[in-house]
Amino acid sequence: MSTPTPSTEVAKDTSMLQQKAMIAGHYDRLATAREDGRKVCSTFVPGNLNELIMSFDLLNNLPEVNAIQSGLRKQSGLYVMEAEKHGHSEDVCTYVKSDIGMILKGNVGPYGKPLPDPDVLLLCYTGCYTFMKWFELLRERYKCETIFLQIPYEGDGKITQNMRDYVVKQLKEDVIPTLERVSGVKFDIDRLREYLRNSAKAEDDLVHVLQAAKTKPSPIDAYFGGIYYIGPIFGAFRGTEDAIGYYRALREEIDARVAAGQGPVTPEGDMGEEKYRLVVEGPPNYTSFRDFWKMFYDEGAVVVASSYTKVGGVYDFGFRHDPDHPLESLADYCMGCYTNRNLPQRVDMLANYVDEYQADGLLINSIKSCNSFSAGQLLIMREVEKRTGKPGAFIETDLVDPRYFSPANVKNRLESYFQMIDQKRQGGAVAGEAA
Amino acid sequence: MAATKDIVARCEALFEDLNFESARAWKAAEDGRKVIGYLPVYVPREIIHAGGMLPLGVLGGGDRLEVIHGDAYYQSYICRIPRSTVELGVTKRLDFVDGMLFPSTCDVIRNLSGMWKLMFPEVYTRYVDVPQNFDDELGGAFFRQEMEELKEGLEGVAGRKITDDAIRESIAVYNENRRLVRELYAFRAKQPWKTPSAEVYLVVRAGMVLPIEEHNQLIRDYLAAADAEDRPMRDNCRIVLTGTFCEQPPLNLIKSLELAGCYVVDDDLLLITRWLLDDVPTEGDPLGNLARAFLHNSESTSAKYVDDEAEKGRYLVRAVKETGAEGVIFAAPSFCDPALLDRPMLQNELKANNIPYIAFKYAENSGQMQPIREQAGTFADSIKLWSAA
Ligand code: SF4
Ligand code: SF4
Repeated sequence: MSTPTPSTEVAKDTSMLQQKAMIAGHYDRLATAREDGRKVCSTFVPGNLNELIMSFDLLNNLPEVNAIQSGLRKQSGLYVMEAEKHGHSEDVCTYVKSDIGMILKGNVGPYGKPLPDPDVLLLCYTGCYTFMKWFELLRERYKCETIFLQIPYEGDGKITQNMRDYVVKQLKEDVIPTLERVSGVKFDIDRLREYLRNSAKAEDDLVHVLQAAKTKPSPIDAYFGGIYYIGPIFGAFRGTEDAIGYYRALREEIDARVAAGQGPVTPEGDMGEEKYRLVVEGPPNYTSFRDFWKMFYDEGAVVVASSYTKVGGVYDFGFRHDPDHPLESLADYCMGCYTNRNLPQRVDMLANYVDEYQADGLLINSIKSCNSFSAGQLLIMREVEKRTGKPGAFIETDLVDPRYFSPANVKNRLESYFQMIDQKRQGGAVAGEAA
Repeated sequence: MAATKDIVARCEALFEDLNFESARAWKAAEDGRKVIGYLPVYVPREIIHAGGMLPLGVLGGGDRLEVIHGDAYYQSYICRIPRSTVELGVTKRLDFVDGMLFPSTCDVIRNLSGMWKLMFPEVYTRYVDVPQNFDDELGGAFFRQEMEELKEGLEGVAGRKITDDAIRESIAVYNENRRLVRELYAFRAKQPWKTPSAEVYLVVRAGMVLPIEEHNQLIRDYLAAADAEDRPMRDNCRIVLTGTFCEQPPLNLIKSLELAGCYVVDDDLLLITRWLLDDVPTEGDPLGNLARAFLHNSESTSAKYVDDEAEKGRYLVRAVKETGAEGVIFAAPSFCDPALLDRPMLQNELKANNIPYIAFKYAENSGQMQPIREQAGTFADSIKLWSAA
């Protein structure tokens, strides 16, 4: 077992400090939105229209991010149980229950400050049916204006003209006029273009960072670390100057790590020798996030690509927000998000990741909450194994419900997976020698 | 005239046949015949029919199918219907099916469409998106075009053009079917002792496998027979059953409710047969007419967005009032996100209208009915006490 070298590097990373300040600032703005006379729009991460929301001077509040933050701060378990006490089934998505429970408990945000009631709910219905129910539940509580934007699913693995037209038409005829009315701000397409231009810059740098994992050793962990990297762009910052600055700084840091031949940073400093390279499918567990991560870096396992970092936008095949086609590119962005892609597309992506990032195999973290991700994952695993010839593994946890994270089970599974990879390598080596 | 007993026996045989022999026989009877399977809740069957093909409802394996392979495809926390559907596929019970349609009901069925593409690449497989925006120019235009593309895909399977005239004719046949199913439901709401719910279920369920014309005749025969027969009226309360729009409850569950003292006077079982609430016009653009009917005149379920907050849950209240029901039973498949997430909102609306309810979960292969029977029995007793007070 490799021991990570203690390092002070974590504290020194400018990008990380920058991100911390950005997020804290955002929660501050939300907490004082009322005093400052600002209106708030609640919306979801996949397919979020941050550039559009900013064009109307609205503040973006993301219930999933609140749930994640509650998970990381170990409050979500309580919230989930609170929601269940109020009649929500134990069977359903725990993100929803964490959010509802937080509201029932006074809606104090993750930074200890109360979150404002939204002025408008923008239900951008992308890649998950649960969103529809989640927003109906929020609407029942807040009785505020709700905008529904249907994002058709890529059932045939492509975006058709009909799908694109539908989204653009909804934006023009429904979403934009309603946002104008709620915000009192007139729509300015040039302002939107400017934000989209900003988005594209940050997206370029994000892709550069994520693809740096193709190097050996990988300078990043594209799952545990990746979750930090996607934070600003999946959250309330896509389209801002702040995001451009953050991704520029991050890119420089990662380039420096590549140049120095360094591996990823972990909570305990630099990871030691890179022994295993994995592709991971599925969201992480947030309630034991650090312990979960440790099970990987303690063994020298680094995640070189993950699907979760594509849930709020898939940029690595060339898509960028496009100021010259503002509404069309928002439409394509939404429809291209990972869980809005069909299973054959997901299999292709993951199998290609295994090849391109020279991974030892695919690990699936299957989330009890999430039918959108989870239904079909066992087939995905077998298909990717078949195509790549690399072994896969399957673990089960939950996003924010601590009752479904069993450390001993997960650790056992991971250990046997690493052994399997070792055996496969030895087998390969023997076969190679024999040849 | 055939007795209800004989008609129901025929339906039950169709229901129990997990090899779909009747659909196979239909296909074998003429060269070139094609069969198109579909999952709940709604697909426009008229277009399949207009192509001279047989629409086949695939509703999982119930409590009679031993699921051996299906469990290797699904984690324990996912409902039953996809795994038994996969079982039907893997065991070649659907090997005569030329196309499969997976409507936009939930993430599980949505993802199953992609699984089917991977597992059965030779089968025409399509995810059927439906509108959640109810404006003619927006959701309507989108859905009309989706149906156009579906039609083109089905033409590929049928090996022939599907004309507007053919779709209009099919709409007329399905209008007749919808009228008959509504009549059957109205009959049951009035005289539930004459049409036990398990029978109504089997009669409607036969329409998932029979050619629609045959099904129309079957419902007529059953209605005539039920009307002619005297059956004892029990001192049961009247309830609306909801949450059963996708994975099917075991037949025993439906029977148990009535044995426990609850007449089911409305339900959301096999909703595709009643999805469109009125006749669809047979003049003009047929796909446009189907789209408009979906937008403005279709059933409500948890899988459908309610754009007007004031309307949330009202359909249940209306169902209760219109059928003279005294309470609602929420029965949802375990792990069914749409039904279970919706439930608290629906229950709030019932509370606001002083309508009593109970709730439980089931799986298509639930064997133990005792707890459900007890719960329903207690519910029936409390309703009787309440109305006597
Ligand atoms: S089901 Fe999955 S994608 Fe949908 S809200 Fe829950 S965790 Fe998110
Ligand atoms: S039972 Fe519910 S969760 Fe399962 S496939 Fe049907 S609608 Fe989806």
